[in-house]
Parts: sequence; C-alpha cells; structure tokens
Amino acid sequence: MTDRILTVRMEAHPADSNTLDRYEATGGYATLRKALVEMSPEQIRDEVKAANLRGRGGAGFPAGVKWGFLAPAEPRYLVINADESEPGTFKDRQLLERDPHQLIEGIVLSSYALGVNHAFIYIRGEYARPARRVQRAVEEAYDAGYLGENILDSGLALDVMVHLGAGAYICGEETALLNSLEGRRGEPRLKPPFPAVEGLYAKPTIVNNVETISNIPWIIANGGSAYDAIGPEGSRGTRIFSLSGHVARPGNYEVVMGMTWREMIYQIGGGIRDGNELKCWIPGGASAPWFTPAVLDEPVTLDDAGRLGSMLGSGGIVVMDETTDVVAAALSIVKFFAHESCGQCTPCREGATWLERILQRIVTGHGREADIGLLLDVCDNISPGLRWPPAQTTICPLGPSLVSPITSIMTHFRSEVEAMIRHAEPAGV
Amino acid sequence: MSWPDDVVERAEVMVAKYPESRSAVMPLLYLAMREDKGLTLDGMRQVADYTGLTPVQVESVASFYSMYKRDSVGDYIVSVCTSISCHLLGGDEVLEAVAEETGVPPGETGSDGRLSVEGVECIGACGGAPAVQVNYELVEGVTPDSARRLCRWLADDQPVVISSDQMQADFGGIRSFEWGPAEPGGATGPVPAFGPLGTEGQRS
Repeated sequence: MTDRILTVRMEAHPADSNTLDRYEATGGYATLRKALVEMSPEQIRDEVKAANLRGRGGAGFPAGVKWGFLAPAEPRYLVINADESEPGTFKDRQLLERDPHQLIEGIVLSSYALGVNHAFIYIRGEYARPARRVQRAVEEAYDAGYLGENILDSGLALDVMVHLGAGAYICGEETALLNSLEGRRGEPRLKPPFPAVEGLYAKPTIVNNVETISNIPWIIANGGSAYDAIGPEGSRGTRIFSLSGHVARPGNYEVVMGMTWREMIYQIGGGIRDGNELKCWIPGGASAPWFTPAVLDEPVTLDDAGRLGSMLGSGGIVVMDETTDVVAAALSIVKFFAHESCGQCTPCREGATWLERILQRIVTGHGREADIGLLLDVCDNISPGLRWPPAQTTICPLGPSLVSPITSIMTHFRSEVEAMIRHAEPAGV
Repeated sequence: MSWPDDVVERAEVMVAKYPESRSAVMPLLYLAMREDKGLTLDGMRQVADYTGLTPVQVESVASFYSMYKRDSVGDYIVSVCTSISCHLLGGDEVLEAVAEETGVPPGETGSDGRLSVEGVECIGACGGAPAVQVNYELVEGVTPDSARRLCRWLADDQPVVISSDQMQADFGGIRSFEWGPAEPGGATGPVPAFGPLGTEGQRS
C-alpha cells in the first residue's frame, strides 16, 4: 500500500531532488512522455476525476469536478496557487524547493488535459528561495523540451511563467490571486462568475494548489482508481500536514489520512515539548476553529473535521500546550486577519480592527465586563449565527476566518477570558 | 530620471512575456524599488509608462501589497514573524531583541538608512519558529540572542549578498524541513532575489 507520493524523491535524494537530472533518473517526465502519446486529454481528466483528489489549498473541493466546470472559450489558463500564507502552513514551500519538477510535470499533464497553452505559478513574494528553485526548474524544463513550442514532438505548446506576489495573504483566495496576476489590487471578486468560466483576463481559468497539482503525475502513472484506493472515503490519497507550535517534532509529514488526532500529535509529532500537557490545537490553519483533547481519538479526515465543527483546511496543525495564553494566541490570529483584510467589505474591515482592539485591551489587562458580549456581537455581524460551516456577510471567507479564534476561546476557555477581565485594571482604555 | 539600459531591457522583456501588459506591474514595481531603494513617484511613473496604466493606478496597486515600500527602506530589511506559531515560540521576544539591538523600532528605518525592522505576518516557516528574514532570505529557529548576533553581523560586516544558507548556519536552529542543496546566490537588496528580476547576487 502506497503511503507516500509527494515526498519520496526528496527523502531519498536530499542533495539534488530539485534538479532535472535527479527527477529524470527517478522516473520523472516518463509519465508525461507516455501520456502525450497514449492518452487523450479526456482520459487524463477522467483519471483525475476518478482519483477523488480533493484540493489541498484549503477548501477541499474535488479537483476533477473543478476541472469539469472549465468553459470551452479560448484561450484558457491554468494558475498554480503557490501563495501559501495561511499561518501554520509550510508544505507547499517544501514541494516548491525540493521537488519543483514534480509540480511542472503536473502542470504539463494538467494543461494538456485542460487545453491550456499558458500556465502561471503565482508564488508569494516572501518565498524568494522557493521561487528561484522553481524558476531554475522551469528553465531546465524548457531546455529539455518539456515546456515550450512543441513539447516532446507532440504538438503541445505550453508556456509557464513564475509570478511573484508581494506580501498579501488574501491573494491566496483564487479570485484575488487572479486580480493580482492581472496587475490589480488583490481584492477577491464576487462569484459567480467562477474562474472556470471567467477567470484570468475574463477567460476560463483553473486555479489549483501546488500540492494538488504535484499529485497529478502519480495519478496519471498509476491510475485514478489506485489513488482512490488510498485512505478513507472522502479523504483519498496522501496529504502533507505541517505540524508546528508546542509539538516536540515540528515539520511536514506526508501521511495517509484516517489516523486519530492522538496519533498525529503524539506519534507523528512526538508529543508535546518538555513533557507538557496538550491544551488545544488548530487543525487546519489559522482560519480553522480549534480542537481540544476531547476529540483526540477522532479520525483525521476532511469530513470528520467538518462534523466536529472545524476543517483540515490548508493542513497546518498548530499545537498549544498548557502554558499557552489562549487569549494572546487568539489575538495573534485576529491581528493577522486584521492586517490581511483587503478592506472591501465593511464587516471584515471594521470588525477585524475592533476585534483586535478589544482583544488587545483584554490581554493587556484593561478588559471590561461587556467585552465578551461585544466580541461575540462583532463576530455575529461578520458571520451571522456563529455556526459551522460559517455564514458570511463578506465577499470571501477571510471575514469568518477571524471569527474562528474568538469562538474557539469562548467555547473552550471562556473562564480564562473572564478571569483576565476580572483581574483587569478598572481604568481601562 | 529614466532607468538604466539593463533595467529597461528587463522591463521590456517582462511586459512582452505576459498576455496583457498590465500584468507586468508587479515585477516592474520590484524593479522600480530596486533602482530607488523604495518606491518613488518617479519610479511609479516609469512603471505606468511601461504597463499602459496611469501613475495613480500603479500607486493603487503598490499601496495594496506590504512588500512594496513607499517610504525609503534600508539596505537590509529585517522581518521578524510574529504570527501564531512564531508567537507561541517567542517571535515577539525576537522582534523586541532586534529592535533593541539595532535601535530601530518595528516599522521604521534607522537614521543612517542602513537597516529597516518590521514585524511581519506568517512567512511559511512555522516548523522552524521563530523565523526571521533579511531581504526575504530566511533563517529559521532563531532566539533573541542569535537575532542580536545577526543584527551585529549586518552592522559590522555589511554583507553585499544575503544568503539563507549562511545565515542559517551562523544564526539559525531548527528548520521546518531539510533544505536540500546549498545555494550560491542570495539577495542584493530589499527586494526578493529572483533571476528574472536581476536581483539575485552570487556570494563571493
């Protein structure tokens, strides 16, 4: 049974897994060579659909289904979302730095399947080193005939460009990313129309995450049904989780989903640092509501995380131990979203600022008794009902994301917030 | 003032590569920043000329993204992450140490114009928290002490090329993952070191 797909090469060949020579020597581009001769674009699309590969960027939408929405108009574009910015997440960085050709082969296969002749890799500006590695790999691929005018004499033409972002989390939202790539402010667009119908330059566009597309070579080599045989239903294939925070062994771990959270944190992550007790964790990036030890024996799958009121999101697991000031932790996350709010929608723009200020005064010992109700009221204006999955009054899900840390501390650690307020200085600001 | 020939050439290549010239505004803003050590009105006018936008459209784009600095910045930008994983492991203390050691408060540039300090949001180095970047070159697993040493090294040695590998060896600790082969290149200024921008320098 396959338990690793994406990280095999980099583990076996740490010194040069990013080079074309190593990629070819370990079977790379053989799938492309074969597929361009033996498979039709439709057959590739069918394999990806059969794989039940769910997007690895955060939303978890089935990639094959997304591809199916692509409108017939031309030209069409493929855009790889390498704007990895969700706090707690650093898996795409590793895929970009350590195995860029795996991504490029995935891009060529996908472009062939989708009738695309121009693909972009949108890499966040702070990822200079990963961007250099990808750029070099793209140049190697051009030189070797895997990109360009007439790829491997198949008649397929594909140009790939690396585009650097410039420091804006919101550009990870696919329509904001497209605006950014068009040379605009990275503000999310109202949907519909979805990018598959009107995306980049108002042309049909597929936006997929780095990890999603890095899986395509394996899926085409081994078949969609082989991928669909890995892992539990609804969470097929392997997945890279980024473990960070107070865990003994932080890092990226490619695993088959379905193990329990206890195994994830205590076996894979090596338990809590310094022998401390686990207090809580964020299961899928800073946008996700937090889990507590009560769910340690629940399985790590997309659907189970959803059932329990959160999500696997971007795969970023942030572990907090007993020493954690959870109010300060929530403030850190709210501060992040307040900084990254694009400012288009009032509930998010104003709400984020107010939530940050209220939490700030609680943390600095100036909280007021009414602050708990006020926090929840502001949250309710951003995400009415405070339910999961969240309702939203905003164009994109950034608004509800900043509600998650607050409802998390109010649900699980309300007494700590209350105690902080009770011991506050009376002359609060 | 117009750009030197090599920058003009890069700008023209960029504009030609995109299906629509407007898309080149982001890389061109980096070129403009590199020329002027920060974005100037003049620089943004040049970007407007190449992309067919008005200067105010260019400024509206520039003002959206935190890496386009509309105030002049130092030769080195020291960016300390304070988002959740770094926050949990001492990122705020690292930022304090950097500000104290350099005498430059977060968000500002020192009076000699050499160095800027900023607290930044998640830079994707959570497994190696707390993390710092200098000119967008990463060092993971820093401590307040090693961050101070890093700042002293910048002040004393004034390195021309900032290299992740070198900083990681001298000032870093735990990493998010094995980095793979060392890189000969690095950053030559406060913009990402990236081949097509001509901003990557080679270590001597």
